Amino acid sequence: MENLLSIVTLLPAMAALILLVFLRGEDAAAQSNAKWTAMIATSATFLVSLIILVQFDPAETGFQMVEEGNWLMGLKYRMGVDGISVLFVMLTTFMMPLVIAASWDVTHRVKEYMIAFLILETLMLGVFMALDLVLFYLFFEAGLIPMFLIIGIWGGANRIYASFKFFLYTFLGSVLMLVAMVAMYAEAGTTCIGACSDGIALITHGFASDTIHVLGIPVVGGMQTLMFVAFFASFAVKMPMWPVHTWLPDAHVQAPTAGSVVLAAILLKMGGYGFLRFSLPMFPVGASVMTDLVLWMSAIAIVYTSLVALVQDDMKKLIAYSSVAHMGYVTMGIFAANQQGIDGAIFQMISHGFISGALFLCVGVVYDRIHSREIADYGGLVNRMPAYALIFMLFTMANVGLPGTSGFVGEFLTLVGIFQVNTWVAVVATFGVILSASYALWLYRRVMMGQLIKESLKMIKDMSRREKAIFAPLVVMTLLLGVYPALVLDLIGPSVEALVAQYEMAITAAHGSGTLAASQ
Amino acid sequence: MIQTDLIIILPEIVISICAMLALVVSVYSGKDALASRLVLFTAALFVVMALWIGNSGGESQSAFGGMFQDDAYARFCKVVILLSAAAVLVMGRDYMLRTGLLRFEYPLLVAFSVVGMMVMVSAGDLMALYMGLELQSLALYVIAALRRDSINSTEAGLKYFVLGALSSGLLLYGASLSYGYAGTTGFSGIIESTAGGQASMGLLFGLVFVIAGLAFKVSVVPFHMWTPDVYEGAPTPITAFFATAPKMAAMGLFARVLYDAFGGVIGDWQQILALLSVLSMFLGAVAAIGQTDIKRLMAYSSIAHMGYALIGLVAGTAQGVQAMLIYMAVYVTMNLGTFAFILSMEKDGQPVTKIAALNLYANRAPGKAIAMLVLLFSLAGVPPFLGFFAKFGVWTAAIDAGMIWLVFASAIASAIGAYYYLRIVYLMYFGDDVDDALNGSGSPVLWGVLMAAAAIMVFGIVNLFGINASAAGAAAALVN
Repeated sequence: MENLLSIVTLLPAMAALILLVFLRGEDAAAQSNAKWTAMIATSATFLVSLIILVQFDPAETGFQMVEEGNWLMGLKYRMGVDGISVLFVMLTTFMMPLVIAASWDVTHRVKEYMIAFLILETLMLGVFMALDLVLFYLFFEAGLIPMFLIIGIWGGANRIYASFKFFLYTFLGSVLMLVAMVAMYAEAGTTCIGACSDGIALITHGFASDTIHVLGIPVVGGMQTLMFVAFFASFAVKMPMWPVHTWLPDAHVQAPTAGSVVLAAILLKMGGYGFLRFSLPMFPVGASVMTDLVLWMSAIAIVYTSLVALVQDDMKKLIAYSSVAHMGYVTMGIFAANQQGIDGAIFQMISHGFISGALFLCVGVVYDRIHSREIADYGGLVNRMPAYALIFMLFTMANVGLPGTSGFVGEFLTLVGIFQVNTWVAVVATFGVILSASYALWLYRRVMMGQLIKESLKMIKDMSRREKAIFAPLVVMTLLLGVYPALVLDLIGPSVEALVAQYEMAITAAHGSGTLAASQ
Repeated sequence: MIQTDLIIILPEIVISICAMLALVVSVYSGKDALASRLVLFTAALFVVMALWIGNSGGESQSAFGGMFQDDAYARFCKVVILLSAAAVLVMGRDYMLRTGLLRFEYPLLVAFSVVGMMVMVSAGDLMALYMGLELQSLALYVIAALRRDSINSTEAGLKYFVLGALSSGLLLYGASLSYGYAGTTGFSGIIESTAGGQASMGLLFGLVFVIAGLAFKVSVVPFHMWTPDVYEGAPTPITAFFATAPKMAAMGLFARVLYDAFGGVIGDWQQILALLSVLSMFLGAVAAIGQTDIKRLMAYSSIAHMGYALIGLVAGTAQGVQAMLIYMAVYVTMNLGTFAFILSMEKDGQPVTKIAALNLYANRAPGKAIAMLVLLFSLAGVPPFLGFFAKFGVWTAAIDAGMIWLVFASAIASAIGAYYYLRIVYLMYFGDDVDDALNGSGSPVLWGVLMAAAAIMVFGIVNLFGINASAAGAAAALVN
């Protein structure tokens, strides 16, 4: 198929359009139609995206299945995938049917709910496939709109504060990125990320890295450092990295379960993907100037947010802080800028997608029954919910990084990667492994173990068949990737290798020309 | 060659003659009885003229010894002015009828002000500039006070008139200084006198006063004070008119003067405009946050938008002018849609402009709420809507001209400004249930304009409906 990527991207949006135009009414039949339309559309997207995976040739390092067309203002409509992005595309299409299934009990404005999620899927897929700066920005930024509505309309009690905080925080970060993008366009004369038909690509365009002075202060790495910082502002907020992570716990806690799952499993990955797609390959000198800062921010994130997670009373908040800590491993791995580090970071992102998604679904299961997220309202659930206890146990262990689950592989590889670059950061980060075990196991003990004494929990029911069915694919993926990580690593290997080689070449050249001498 | 001159200004002549004939007929017939039909007739006339001007491509030509320029640039501006004025007339008819404001003077005054605007964007001489500007302004002063038994409306009209007269004075003073030091009022003469890239001190003073006068007309900070009061006080259809056609005309005239007359000393006015632009963006963004009246909010929003449009002029390149023209066209479309929505806000048959009345509007009218959501995000400059591409265009032009700090400042301002647009979305979609909720639905015309504007914001991103190329042609005609 010629336009496979566009088809995959636009499929959910088409379904949303159909819902918008043709579905009328709010009765049970209309609600069920909306749910089934969304379910069929997301499943179809997943199936079609499998074709991408089959046609994809992992041995090749460049972009594949590229589609290109002229767009307005000299921009290009360009879509394509490489080993890194194809993985995120698959993660997105894999998670979305589960997200829709997890929303089956929604009763408030079902049609709009499904439309919001379908549009969101289109935009997320677009982010991972776009090969034009502005097209990327368009998808990246437009995703805020449906997420703003999802948190605001279907969220919890404090949803308005959370939705505004989410939107404005990320919007401010992103407009700075847009400024840098426009500056890149002005300097390179193109917005193509891969090799464009009409000349140079941004990845191979060496942006100026001579030291410049801004308000009298010398900036080592020049333009590259400034652009790096602008992009960093956006991706660090999206990731989120300490200290700009504070929107995430609010957004997670207030969002409906499905919204939390999408946020944790896919939206957070856009930040990491952005680092890999833009920051490292396009501003290598800027990245190397800022590496130490980013690494220490990551190390602080891992330890600090793990400690914060320890004292949370709210289950969703605890998992949200644990997400921030896990994203710390990701940034650490990426900026180790070696094969193990980046491999580990990508692996960690994928595995965190499954694990944190599953953990939020776990919270959703009991929240649907008791309508409380307070840890203190639970206890002894294992007595009445054995199946739930088993699944929660599995994902708690995966979150801790127990060998045999996918969580282990990612953490281990990033630590190996960082150890070669900065031993002290590696030492600090390793504490995070212990801390994550303490908060996760303590959560499990307080919610699951002990006697079931609370009156409200006496009649609680175990998971329904639908709920089990939602968890089944996540369990399979978590264990499968845990015992056979090559599934992911083989796919990303060549692309990561090329990325690392290019980065090192640029750094060596910068050392040779003396641009970097002052900082090292 | 008076004949060729007259042929060049034929569209203006046709509109003027039609307006004067209509005046005579109305006075001697049943007066306001014809008003409703007259509105439609005027709108139809505007559309026909827009089509005529839009299709009359060809070389740049000038009439009356350079007083009047007819080039691609003027044609672009005129098409936008005529179409938006026509849309406003049609949109507001129902409202004016219900509030008893539909007098026959209303369409006539609009027609005269439109003629003034057409002269403004075609001006090739300080005299023509002033004539066009005053024709436009005098008509606008009167229609601002059209609801003569309302204190707000008369106050708006009076305030507009007094401050407008002051700014006209400034402009005239600047014009006389320019004439004194350049020895001519023709733009081509003024630009010749700065041929060496140097303007005499007197001419620079003239330039500053002209800019101040024009800044008042486009309402950029610090010459913006009249805008919120006039927007709020004037009847809503007239506010819609103020927000669209005159803004395009004033911006068009601004660029016309700066490039045709002072194009030789770009460096001298660039810094002034950059300051005006930054101040407008920030004041528009911050001051709108506390507003409770949607018309006042749109006033501050328009101040901010004029700031963004000015970025295109600051760039000082053809690319910048092109970006400014696209920005204005998009801005006018967004405002038409938004005001169609505001016009349809009513409770028990009475118009409402309180933002709080929009609480949970999405439950009652999901279709209109979605269209409004699209427009609001577009106004905020959030992709994927057209408002984002308008901003992207001016930013690209500014960065190409080396003005990264300006772009940086406007990025911050747009993030602040996003808040108040979001607040309306928040009220419509997840506010509280209130008693004074809207219960009217407005006329089908308003619904149509709203939906069309929203659809343009969504589908325009495919190719901008081709206005990119005509804006490029227009900019090339102005900047050479």
